[in-house]
Amino acid sequence: MIYEEITSGSRTRRTLGGAARVLFALRIDGPLVVGLALIAAYGLVVLYSASGQSMPTVLRTVGRLALGTVAMLLLAQVNPNFLRRSTPWLYLGGCFLLVVVAVFGHIGMGAQRWLDLKVFRFQPSELMKLAVPMMCAWYLHERPLPPGLGSLLVLSGLILLPVALVVVQPDLGTAALIAVAGALVIVLAGLRLRVMAALFALAAVGAVFGWSFMHDYQRKRVLTFLNPQTDPLGAGYHIIQSQIAIGSGGVFGKGWMNGSQAQLEFLPERSTDFIFAVIGEEFGLLGLLVLLALYVFVVSRAVYLATQTQDTFARLLAGSLALTFFVYVFINAGMVTGLLPVVGVPLPLVSYGGSSVVTLLAGFGILMALYSRRKLIGS
Amino acid sequence: MPAVRIKDHWREQRLFDQRALICAVLMGLATVGLIVRLFVLQVARHDYYSDLSQGNRVRTEPIPAARGLILDRHGEVIAGNQPAYQLELVPEEVPDVAATLKELVGLGLIRAEDVDELERTIDSSRSFDSVPIRLRMSDEDVARFAVRRFEFPGLDIKTRQTRWYPNGDLAVHALGYVGAISEADLKRIDRAAYAGTSLIGKLGVESAYEQKLHGANGFREVLVNAQGRSVERQGAFVPNLKTRPPTAGDDLMLAIDLKIQRVAEDALAGHRGAVVALDPNNGDVLALVSLPGFDPTLFGRGITAGEYGALNNDIDRPLFNRALRGTYPPGSTIKPGIALAGLTYHVVDPQARKYCAGAFHLPGSSRMFREYHNEKHGYVDLDDAIARSCDVYFYGLADVLGVDRIAAFLAPFGFGQLTGIDISGEKPGILPSREWKAKAFAKPADQMWFPGETVNFGIGQGYLTVTPLQLAHYASIIATRGHIWRPRLVSAYRDPHSGEMVKVPPITEGEVTGVSAEDWQRVVHGMIGVTQRGTAAAIGRGAAYTFAGKTGTAQVFTVAQNERYNASAINERLRDHSWFIAFAPADEPRIVIAVLQENGGAGASAAAPIARKVLDAYLLGADGKLKPAT
Repeated sequence: MIYEEITSGSRTRRTLGGAARVLFALRIDGPLVVGLALIAAYGLVVLYSASGQSMPTVLRTVGRLALGTVAMLLLAQVNPNFLRRSTPWLYLGGCFLLVVVAVFGHIGMGAQRWLDLKVFRFQPSELMKLAVPMMCAWYLHERPLPPGLGSLLVLSGLILLPVALVVVQPDLGTAALIAVAGALVIVLAGLRLRVMAALFALAAVGAVFGWSFMHDYQRKRVLTFLNPQTDPLGAGYHIIQSQIAIGSGGVFGKGWMNGSQAQLEFLPERSTDFIFAVIGEEFGLLGLLVLLALYVFVVSRAVYLATQTQDTFARLLAGSLALTFFVYVFINAGMVTGLLPVVGVPLPLVSYGGSSVVTLLAGFGILMALYSRRKLIGS
Repeated sequence: MPAVRIKDHWREQRLFDQRALICAVLMGLATVGLIVRLFVLQVARHDYYSDLSQGNRVRTEPIPAARGLILDRHGEVIAGNQPAYQLELVPEEVPDVAATLKELVGLGLIRAEDVDELERTIDSSRSFDSVPIRLRMSDEDVARFAVRRFEFPGLDIKTRQTRWYPNGDLAVHALGYVGAISEADLKRIDRAAYAGTSLIGKLGVESAYEQKLHGANGFREVLVNAQGRSVERQGAFVPNLKTRPPTAGDDLMLAIDLKIQRVAEDALAGHRGAVVALDPNNGDVLALVSLPGFDPTLFGRGITAGEYGALNNDIDRPLFNRALRGTYPPGSTIKPGIALAGLTYHVVDPQARKYCAGAFHLPGSSRMFREYHNEKHGYVDLDDAIARSCDVYFYGLADVLGVDRIAAFLAPFGFGQLTGIDISGEKPGILPSREWKAKAFAKPADQMWFPGETVNFGIGQGYLTVTPLQLAHYASIIATRGHIWRPRLVSAYRDPHSGEMVKVPPITEGEVTGVSAEDWQRVVHGMIGVTQRGTAAAIGRGAAYTFAGKTGTAQVFTVAQNERYNASAINERLRDHSWFIAFAPADEPRIVIAVLQENGGAGASAAAPIARKVLDAYLLGADGKLKPAT
């Protein structure tokens, strides 16, 4: 009661104050949740249009968002120390599941990615998007930073094993994201700049080497990225049509449900990987800037939270989760606008389908857990 | 032994903050890069991508304009449009195209020999387009298909406007026909204007007035999706698509009187020949007959090779427009012209009687020019010579006139040149002269003009050739005592803006000058004599009006083609062509006519009766009396 008197000033303030206390009790970060909620809401509005006014599609996405929110709330309650201790088991379990998928997995979309659990289909590679950075952070937790060469070798192994298992599925996009999530942990751990430069060189060599292992369609994607006009009706079609959609949207867009490229299905994958182009066409440059602003806000907030954590595991993991989120956005927006090759990376929280929504929100749950217990852990 | 490194939490915190800052800067740069890219796409190149997007979604579909009607002078439809039923197939909706076509053959709806061609057409069409596989279905065909329609998914009967000639082959050589647009047509038309049009005028009025009849096609913009299928709307919004309605072609009113046309065709039926009837007061073509004819509808529905071959190889040449393109010696029908020349040049005294002993000799020559059937007319003056068609009189007159004066005098009557009728294909015939002969022959020996050729010229034999249209035109000039009107088929058209019929003013081409009124009257009197006491007296008997005429008989020099088939046919085809020209009433002519019956023999017996029927039909009322002039 005394507390209430102190904070009283207006009803609104009291309400906000009450909400803040509830969020605090739930170990939820208010600004981050608001940012995520706005992105998700924006995404649902766009999805209704992009799916060809399909309410079932929107409702299914709402269901996934709800599932992700539950995961986020639950994970936010977990003690970070418990999280850290269970990390190796999570990692090993994830790798085991990847092997299982490789052997028995359900074949969906021409690639083995799914594990049919009867109730829902589950992609172990999604789990690895969280497990790999966790494992890297776990490994570095007790070790002095910046990591030495020996540590780097071990970390490379920890990252490349699951990445290799995902590449053979084959799912280049997810594999890249897993690798990025792990690599970001190492970068944040204070990797020396000259080592980074050396690794870039190594990556270039690896890319050449990797080319020889690529599937035809993967090679084609890279080639058409370099010059979409070579195959305007084939693989280049996606990029050309998405650029037409975005470009024809102009500053203000053609209006909700009025994007001819999207509504007449010139734009492929309009509700999934290319939904960014639908926003560009229907809501224009302004719509995209609003979306980017929301993403930047969420990422900034997440990075800020990461800097406020106080032990190595928490910092590295939180930082990696925050930055990975940005990488998702950038890769998707980059491929849709023709800056990057077409890889199957959805626009976080907006693209329809997949279990990525759940994984993303779960990641933010972990981030909040790490942040909210910052004073209870550490030295 | 390496130094044991221990964790320094403060240093690690700083390191992390430093790295996070670097990452934040990189993210900021990436975001700026993205925004620059968006700016390039959505602002700098917005117009370019807008055009691409517009091209993606809007397709322009032509709406064909209704072709103008063709009416006769009383408004009776000669050529119209009729919805025709056709069977169309949408490839993507048909489970098995080959089997379906086979079944349709079984039902008698398509011909077995067309199946391959149809399969090729279907293969080259877009899978959602409706492909016509059978045109112009009869009601019976439609009924036969309708009861089994459920067995044929993807097939439907559609209606489409096609050209319709309610009178079949009536007046076909004036009318022409429409047919599929050919390579040659494509070269001379504006392809954009013909998008959506499948038929184009090929001959006659249909071709000459193609521009007026065609009208202006409209268009309709339709929304298409990525598969090229037209869709109703996009999203919740129905876009603003442009539509331009077609402007129907102009209706044409012909000068032709279908009643007269029918009478003329019926009278000539069973023979090869031509009839041209003109209104001498304005050049209106009242009837234009060339027999045999053909059914113009064949071409509109896509004539088969067999049908075309049959028409093209027919010994009677039904595709040949004798009225405009058939050139024949005019025979004695030229005599009024020669008489006018003699009078105008004052080389003949109309009252002077000359003796006809059945043959003519040039002075100092033994060559004999005979009278037709070796007749002997005795003493004849000019009037008699015309009425009884005395060759000897005109042999002598021509000789006195000489070829130069004859050629010069006849030229204004339209010989050797096109009449200028408003449909194409006309032949000019030949008006011989010394210059003409010098040009027409290669060998110097042949280039000389001989006096004997002038003698033959006097009775319309020899080099002089005319078309039936030219001869009618010539008769018309005599009928009006020298006035020249350009013959015309179209007398009015519907104004596309006001919707009213606009009369086309007749075109005068001046007058034949230098001929005195008395001389015109003398020659016309002789021609009246033809129908009263002369060669066509039998035909003129009992006429309710006075009419002037002239018979003619053209010798057949060359043998018609393709006559190797039948010996009796050859005999028939070697007979003389029969001519008759006439105008009536003689003093106030309302109609002039030229009749040609190929191989009909003497003009009086074959062509003249046909002319009389046409004149009666045109001039007499239901009571059998001369209708008052309008």
